This record gives sequence, C-alpha cells and structure tokens, in this order.
Amino acid sequence: MTPDQARHLIEEALTQVAPDADLAGLSPDADLRDDLGLDSLDFLRLVEILTARTGKRIAEDDYPHLATLASAIKFLAGG
Amino acid sequence: MPALGADMDEGTVLEWLVKPGDQVHRGDVIAVIDTAKAAVDAESFCAGTVEQLLIGVGQTVPVGTVLATIAEPAAQPTAQPPPAVPAEHEEPERPPRPTAPPKRKPKRVPAGEGHPAAAISPLIRKRAHELGVDLAKLRGTGREGTVTRADVERAAAGQQAAALKPPSRAPSRVRATPRARRLAAELGVDLAGVTGTGPDGSVKEADVRRAVPAREGAPAREAGPPRAAAAARSGADRARSMRQAIGRLMARSKREIPHYYVSNTVDMTSALGWLHERNRELDVSERLVPAVLLLKAAALAARKVPDVNGYWLDDQFSPAGAVHLGLVISLRGGGLLTPAIHHAADLGLAELMSQMRDLVIRARAGRLRSTELTDATITVTNLGDQGVESVFGVIYPPQVALVGFGKITERPVAVGGLIGVRPVVAATLAADHRASDAMTGARYLAEVSDLLQRPEEL
Repeated sequence: MTPDQARHLIEEALTQVAPDADLAGLSPDADLRDDLGLDSLDFLRLVEILTARTGKRIAEDDYPHLATLASAIKFLAGG
Repeated sequence: MPALGADMDEGTVLEWLVKPGDQVHRGDVIAVIDTAKAAVDAESFCAGTVEQLLIGVGQTVPVGTVLATIAEPAAQPTAQPPPAVPAEHEEPERPPRPTAPPKRKPKRVPAGEGHPAAAISPLIRKRAHELGVDLAKLRGTGREGTVTRADVERAAAGQQAAALKPPSRAPSRVRATPRARRLAAELGVDLAGVTGTGPDGSVKEADVRRAVPAREGAPAREAGPPRAAAAARSGADRARSMRQAIGRLMARSKREIPHYYVSNTVDMTSALGWLHERNRELDVSERLVPAVLLLKAAALAARKVPDVNGYWLDDQFSPAGAVHLGLVISLRGGGLLTPAIHHAADLGLAELMSQMRDLVIRARAGRLRSTELTDATITVTNLGDQGVESVFGVIYPPQVALVGFGKITERPVAVGGLIGVRPVVAATLAADHRASDAMTGARYLAEVSDLLQRPEEL
C-alpha cells in the first residue's frame, strides 16, 4: 500500500468513526484521539475498519502506531 | 406520554410504528418520541390490541398524556382495579370506546399533580392541573362534597390566564411498592389519590398507570395509519433544549440532594495485564476496552453495597432489586444521555462490552429505547478518554449515587516498600447523604478496588 492509499483509507475510516471531524484541519502529528475527541470505543471502531479494509492484523501492541495520522500512514504503508 | 427520565416534561410523537388493530407485546417499540434530549423508541408496557392512536404525529403533549389505548387480551385474567372515585365523574372523560371497558386500560398515566385529599379522583386532579386550578381552594359540589369536574371547570373559567403551576406537592405516606413510587414520582402522580390493589391496599405499578384515565381536552382522534414521521428537532433547537433539560435536572439534583463525595485510587496493574493477555488472542471485534472492567466492577460493587443502588422517594430510600447501570454518554453535538444497561452485574464481560457499544451507537444515532432511559438504578460516568484524572459527578435524581472514573494513568506508587510505576485510576463516588453515609460510600469504592484486583472473576 502506498502512503497516499494509506492516508485515503485512514481518512475514510475516521470519517466513518467521527462523521463531524474536521480532517482538513488535522495536523499529521496531532494525537488523533485528543484532536478528534475519540473515546476508546471510537478508537476500537477505527481499528476494526482498518483491519477490515487492509486485512492486516492490528494487535493491541500496535495501537501506539495509530496515535497520529503520520504514524498511522507509516504503519499501514510499511506493512 | 411516558416520562423518559426525570428531566422530561413533554414529548412529541415523531412516528407511530403501530396502527389500530395491531397486536403488540410488552416491550415492543410502538412509537418514536422526541424529547428535549433525543428521539426515543417508546416501548409498550403491556400486551394487547391497539385500539386508538389518540395523539397524532407532530403533536407535543405533556408527560402523562395518553397516547394510545391498548385492549388487553380478553383471555388474560387481569385483576381489574376498583373503580376510581368517584366513578360517575370518570365516565364522560374517556374517549369513545369500541369495546367493553374492563378489557382496556389507558396506556399511560397522566401527570396529575399531588393534592393531599384522596377523595378527589386522579382524573379531576389531572383536569385541575391542566387548567391551573388549585384544588385546595375549591368547594366540591359532588357527593359528600367531593370536587367534580364541573367544579374544576367552573373555577378555571373564572381564572383569567390560568397559572400552569401545579399545586404544591404534599408528602404522602401511602403504602406502595418502590417501583410504583418511582413511577409516580416520574409522572408526578400523587400516590394518595391512587387506589391500591396490592396486599393491604398497597399501590402497585399497574395501579399508578391506571390511576388516571384517558387525557381530557386533547383532540381525541384516530391518527389512522402511520404517516410520514415528523421531523425531530435539530441543530440549535436541540442544543438549546438539551442544555435546558440538563440544567433543570442538575439544578434539581443540587437543590434537593445533599451530596457527599469519596474517592480512591485503584491500582489497575492486574486488570490491564489480564485484559491485555485476553485481547492478544482475539480479533479486534472481540477485544474489550478497560472501561468494561470498570463498569462491571461498578455494577458488582453496587450489588454488594445495595445502599447506593436505588432511589430516594418520599423521604426514604428504596433499594432497587437489580443493578441497571446508567451510562453517561456524551453526544457529538454536545450534551449527554444516560441510558441504562439492564442487569449489568449479571452480564459477562463480552456481553457487557457489546451492550455498551450498542448503547453508545444508538444513543448517538437517537435510537434508544424508553426503558433504557428510565430504568437506571445507579449511574457511571467514565471521563477517562477525555483525559481528566478524576470526576465528581452530580447525581441523577431519584437515584442516590453516581460513580466516576478518570483516566488510567501511570503513576509512581509505593508497593512493598519500593516505588514502582503502575497504571492507576481514580474511582469516585458522589452519593446522597440522605440514603447513606460516607462510610457506605467508602465501602463501595473499596469493593470496586477489590474487584478490579481479580479481573478474571469479573
């Protein structure tokens, strides 16, 4: 997966999880949970969607990789 | 119109999901009701055949207004209440009925505000309430000086711009079941005016529901087949009414409930370690979040310390049998809802997790069911995801306690004479001092902490 594909995928997933989120104003290094006000259930849903779309197993130990947009892109594109 | 929470005064019928002639069961969703806070799926509290839909789509009516009539199955031998006093005044109040009267009962109890004199029928009370007539100032012309509907309406005619304020509520010491008391409190029904059919004439839930017949004055008309749903309030309207509803209820809580607060720091090392091991093997859809452990511990502890689980009604504490855990759910547009997870102490963690997720999704989508909004016996607020360390809540009346969990954070902790870094969470309890003392609250938090040290038993 290219970084652009990964970004697109993540943004799509975030739109599903937090429909009112302002993704355009999201800094690549901002903490997703804090900036978008995601709670633990929202985050779990995000992981679910990403798992379903990529087929990649995302373990709990991988959650820190999904902290920011930049790290999440790197994580998904790298796998 | 059911009271979907203690903060609701009126509701709007958004949609009818049944039509006359339909069979309904207890718990079936029969209508969608818009409240100040959200659209809610209203469940039927009885089984039978829908006779009439009395309130049309788009109409806003006060809590207690009869929305529809449902005829109970004839075969079902239900105890019929003794006729409300005085019976002859009750007759003309009911809408035209196609079937024999004993087989039906009104869907919901109108909100007759309290008046100490039991000789006045609930119906008259209701009418007086609607017309803003103070019953205490009325001279009855009925049998044995009872106040009749005509008396009330005469008085109302003489009153320009009838005040909507109901007569002040007098405390009653009527024998009643806790559930009946709670329902009566929610609906603003004076138990003194309700004829009890339970042991020793005690008032049961069904008696409260039956206490007042069909609403008078509302245009009683067949709504016909379900029509297009009316629009729920939206945007700024919703935000405003939400703040107002929260404001009224919380102001009442702070006015009436002498809160006391206790807090405890709970070591989460075992709980998180166990959770992590468990989740490691599971697909993401089956993973648990730490909040589930906190909720389960809160529910189990409420069962062990029953003095914090129940309602303060009529100057006394009524313990609730089961633990229905209210969950504070913040909505994306602002505001919050507190639906309950029924029998939370009896649910396995996976089931609790799935119910919590479901509840959050439906709360945000505006698809909660009426019993979920009315049945909570104790409420939990979990602000951990918002990053605060601890939260001391405001109790939802008539409940007597609110449990708060903050963020799980790593902190230096002394263990066995050494300083270690461990994940901890601040558990707090705001409780009603009328129902319990801080000693009880402390015991409750100690239970929560103990339970979280043995996560495999949760």
